[in-house]
Amino acid sequence: MKQSTGRTLTISARRRRAAALFLAPMLLVLVLVAGWPLLRTLWFGFTDASLGDLAGARWIGFSNYLEWLSYGEGDGEWVGLLVDGEWWRAVWNTLVFTFITVSVETALGLVVAMVLNVRFPLRGLVRAAVLIPWAIPTVVSAKMWAWMLNDQFGIINDIGLKLGLISSPVAWIASADTAMVAVMLVDIWKSTPFMALLILAGLQMIPEDIYEAAKIDGVNPLVTFWRVTLPLAAPAIMVAVIFRALDALRVFDIIYVLTPNNAETRTMSVFVQENLFQFDQFAYGSAASTLLFLVIAFITLGYIRAARLNLG
Amino acid sequence: MKILKTFAFYLLVALILLFSLFPFYYAVLTSFETGTAIFTPSYLPQNIDLANYAQVLSQGFFPRNVLNSVIVAAATVAISLFLGLTAAFALARIQFRGRKLLLLTVLSVSMFPQIAVLAGLFEIVRALGLYNSLGSLIMSYLIFTLPFTVWVLTTFMRDLPVEIEEAAIVDGAGPWHIVSRVFLPLMWPALVTTGLLAFIQAWNEFLFALTFVSSNSTRTAPVAIALLSGTSAQETPWGAIMAASVIVTMPLIILVLIFQRRIVAGLTAGGVKG
Amino acid sequence: MAQLTLRNLCKSFGRAEIIHGIDLDIAKGEFVVFVGPSGCGKSTLLRLIAGLEEISSGELLFDGEKVNDLPPKERGIAMVFQSYALYPHMSVFDNMAFGLKLAKSDSGTIRERVEEAARLLELEPLLNRKPRELSGGQRQRVAIGRAIVRNPRVFLFDEPLSNLDAALRGQTRVEIARLHERMPDTTMVYVTHDQIEAMTLADRIVVLRAGRVEQVGAPMELYLKPATRFVAEFIGTPAMNILPAEVTAEGGLRPKGGAALPLRAPAKAEGLGLGVRPEDLHIAEEGEPALYEGRVTLVERLGESQLVHVEIGHEVPLVVKLARTVPARRGETLRVAAPVDAFHLFGADGQALDIRPQ
Repeated sequence: MKQSTGRTLTISARRRRAAALFLAPMLLVLVLVAGWPLLRTLWFGFTDASLGDLAGARWIGFSNYLEWLSYGEGDGEWVGLLVDGEWWRAVWNTLVFTFITVSVETALGLVVAMVLNVRFPLRGLVRAAVLIPWAIPTVVSAKMWAWMLNDQFGIINDIGLKLGLISSPVAWIASADTAMVAVMLVDIWKSTPFMALLILAGLQMIPEDIYEAAKIDGVNPLVTFWRVTLPLAAPAIMVAVIFRALDALRVFDIIYVLTPNNAETRTMSVFVQENLFQFDQFAYGSAASTLLFLVIAFITLGYIRAARLNLG
Repeated sequence: MKILKTFAFYLLVALILLFSLFPFYYAVLTSFETGTAIFTPSYLPQNIDLANYAQVLSQGFFPRNVLNSVIVAAATVAISLFLGLTAAFALARIQFRGRKLLLLTVLSVSMFPQIAVLAGLFEIVRALGLYNSLGSLIMSYLIFTLPFTVWVLTTFMRDLPVEIEEAAIVDGAGPWHIVSRVFLPLMWPALVTTGLLAFIQAWNEFLFALTFVSSNSTRTAPVAIALLSGTSAQETPWGAIMAASVIVTMPLIILVLIFQRRIVAGLTAGGVKG
Repeated sequence: MAQLTLRNLCKSFGRAEIIHGIDLDIAKGEFVVFVGPSGCGKSTLLRLIAGLEEISSGELLFDGEKVNDLPPKERGIAMVFQSYALYPHMSVFDNMAFGLKLAKSDSGTIRERVEEAARLLELEPLLNRKPRELSGGQRQRVAIGRAIVRNPRVFLFDEPLSNLDAALRGQTRVEIARLHERMPDTTMVYVTHDQIEAMTLADRIVVLRAGRVEQVGAPMELYLKPATRFVAEFIGTPAMNILPAEVTAEGGLRPKGGAALPLRAPAKAEGLGLGVRPEDLHIAEEGEPALYEGRVTLVERLGESQLVHVEIGHEVPLVVKLARTVPARRGETLRVAAPVDAFHLFGADGQALDIRPQ
């Protein structure tokens, strides 16, 4: 057979060449904005880089993660990210935040989805209204709630006082006990719609005749919900939960805007950003973001396996 | 019994509406209030005073910040759609080794924690001389808009009939003409959906905008709002902040109301992040 | 010289070879139909000629030039697809003009060519419509028009009528036949699973079976002299009756359970099959020796004729096609006969054998 060269490339070879040409720009961009920066971040975590002198970064091994700082004569202490109380506090905060918000959002989302799954006159309008919190920029949501939760002039305190739920105004954001509650409240408000819509998509895939069959068999609606609706919607709920969890694990905007410089609400992302750009701890922040990446990568892999996505 | 049930159902609907809409309603309310009126919580509009709007739109850099947001979001959407469309053609229509792996990689990038690349991205932004320019944002926003766009467009393009493509091949169309003159006009629903979602994401982005841009004239609107503050906690200009918030949010709400079906379809098709 | 030459053409998908070395010459202006059951490779073969699939081995020549690796547009072909494959977002005019526009023809030429094709196919009033505003038959004509406009050397049809209803199918078939008359220099290759389309349209029919050519010939040649048992059964409706045959003590042939025929048995007598078409059978006259005598189990009245199923002790009944005026009723006994020269003989391997009178 003749060598296929130039004009006489085979048909499939020509198509593969077109594919390469079409994919190249996209891949180049992804390498530029995702692949390469990720590797560099990993690298910075093993160096002594500082914000002002990235080029002068030198390899220092695992020192950012863990190092024995010797005071001489066998005396000394462990230092580094792995023994940094503030970091573990941020990890704990992130996990608490993620667990509670995703749980509440799933429960509320399920309720909203069930309501939207019923045919009623104003359904379209309600669905659009529910989308609004999702569409509002996170920064704006945070500011809106900061205003509503304001200790002196906030409407939440006003309502609470009028309804007799609280006896005196609460400093929701400023006080250590309630800062996390405030942050979670904003996230729940903003993200429940997203949850509801994903779950709704799952509910709408359940064929109607299953409900009719259950009705004819005289099954109690509550039993129908537990034994029919929930198991059939479970895959959609799973996907939604994992998506939300991934998002919650990297929460930044709400906390940065609503409760800046507050150890009670500092999450992993906030910890990283502060170290990188505010505390001039570029290398340390890079190490922290590497750990954060590992956590999220594990969950992502789990998701891809669990969802068994159709790759065609 | 039935009436009671219906009543309970509509009560629930009302609660959902209240929960969803009240904060924004209250922001609008506050934005119309000035002076001391702002410090007494009110539930119904007292008077409509546009002074806060006049203030944010005339003083400082806020109009410029909104324009920056428009430029950045529009450019991000345009680049994402262009790169996404061509890549989707290759991924949906051409069989080659490593195709599935590539799709998986793209999908994983869409779930990437942006903070994990922040340090490395900062270095690139500086190396390319893009620090404190809108270019840095347009480039970095592609990390979340592009994978999602590629994913959704690939899914959509896979469903276009193969005979149309073959007819175009027989008519003498190469891959580029197939994409631009045959598939593109057939894909507008998917393009509108992905474009809208990319626009909303880019419009709302905060972390990169906070980090890569440092002067008042190059900031985007969300960062400008986050940084709006008085000299002391007591003097926080809540009226102005709420006016700015309403201005930034209004375009999104209009888009949501017009395109809610497309947005919901996109959210559930691609399982995009919130 | 042949315009289209296929030399030992093979196509495999992965490990599975589905076209096993096809040799064929097609002359300029000839109308050739590929016919066969689904899965026989006829569409794949057409797509190899079109350049939509890659040829695994062998050669494909257009006017003596090897085109194996030429893209479709450089082969000078046009194709009409089963689903019409019109561009939904373009008007009829733009659908037909698309190829010319891509080839950068000037707009005057494009207009002229499209309008000429539209006149030929009576599409003139529809030029500004979108495909979704057209009926199935009109869409099919646009698809043909799009092909005509390209002024191709070779015109390819991939089951173009199978999406049309029965009435329209007949009408469009006639239109395609007329089109071929008006374009005598254009070679046409047509794929179908419908043997009536094959018989009525083709100058030559290529019968394919499992990726191999079973027989090539003019329609009546295939009908009268099928080279294999497969072709005999595939061409003609209702299908030919194939009866297991035995050798008589005198060295003659007899269909199992029937009367002996004055035909000489071949040397290898195993697994023989005697074929006779339903329309070649008739009711035996008084005194005429009957081939079979059997009970009628079913009468299918087709209007102009009737198909009578006669129980003859085989797994399948003998099908006899009779004029509508012949009285035939279920349950009655019929004596059936056929002239000796109506018989076809097939060996155990399915190949046709010579009929030799005793």
